[in-house]
Amino acid sequence: MKQIPAEYYEMLEQLQAVDFVLVELQLYLDTHPDDLEAIKQFNHYAKERKSLKKAFESQFGPLQQFGNSYSGHPWNWNDPPWPWQV
Amino acid sequence: MWIYEKKLQYPVRVSTCNPTLAKYLIEQYGGADGELSAALRYLNQRYSIPDKVIGLLTDIGTEEFAHLEMIATMIYKLTKDATPEMMKAAGLGDHYSNHDNALFYHNAAGVPWTASYIQAKGDPIADLYEDIAAEEKARATYQWIINLSDDPDLNDGLRFLREREIVHSQRFREAVEILKDEQGKKKFF
Amino acid sequence: MFTHYKSYCPVVSPFDPCKPIPEKVYSTPPNLYIGFQPPNLPQFTPLEALKAGTLWKPFYDPYFNPFEKAKGGLPR
Repeated sequence: MKQIPAEYYEMLEQLQAVDFVLVELQLYLDTHPDDLEAIKQFNHYAKERKSLKKAFESQFGPLQQFGNSYSGHPWNWNDPPWPWQV
Repeated sequence: MWIYEKKLQYPVRVSTCNPTLAKYLIEQYGGADGELSAALRYLNQRYSIPDKVIGLLTDIGTEEFAHLEMIATMIYKLTKDATPEMMKAAGLGDHYSNHDNALFYHNAAGVPWTASYIQAKGDPIADLYEDIAAEEKARATYQWIINLSDDPDLNDGLRFLREREIVHSQRFREAVEILKDEQGKKKFF
Repeated sequence: MFTHYKSYCPVVSPFDPCKPIPEKVYSTPPNLYIGFQPPNLPQFTPLEALKAGTLWKPFYDPYFNPFEKAKGGLPR
């Protein structure tokens, strides 16, 4: 049986939290396109999610398909765990 | 196009192996007001709505697929390793005889998903009012499932999903206001 | 006091076979009251927001079943 390290859950939750702020701001900005403060906040977290994604992927493999993440060798996209398995 | 990300929107947990709760939850997987209906409804309405609200329909429709994956995860976890006897005792004998422990797009009563659950009238106001109603109905469904569930971890995830319905309804209401607005007239807050 | 839950009392007939529920409660969530969202509403931190299901505090309206409510609901 494969074990998933505690760090996986911690780093994942950090990313989920920042990504959730981005989802909320995205929907807000869809109906409030002129809110400069919200746009600044959006761009701030967009930058933060980049570094969180990079850190997570360096330990647990690619998060996204089709060239939006780099691959290790051998090809590690298909490595478990998948989101519903954790 | 769409890009998949190998993570859930929210950390889903369930406390026990409980196929009975999975039977109720499947309402939000393949039911009329479920997440599949929601995603397909909004993404389909995009093609015949004013440009000002296409982004919103695209983004909420996309988020609904993340919710569909959360529901799938809950059902998967609640039924993973459940024996045929446990499935039968949970009222999932009919499901099991056709699907084993596979997920399928049907509602809690076993009725398969149908496109007639979703509407596309081509009238922006009619469609957005449909969307607002869909969000309120999904919110209510989450309430009834929470009432049926004694699993605190599951309810934590269901509360998240119910809260999202509130925010989506809010945005669709704002979309109506945007389309009502007279050209060039400034909104006041 | 303002609440996001309202109630009504259905008629109780002497011929109703089930034990009457004297008061029925229904949800009236924040989106019914806020109107077009004003700018700069108070926010949760990212981790709080994820747990709450919304970034903005005024939209937070958690739902608990009677069993959970008996235990006081979850701490916020």
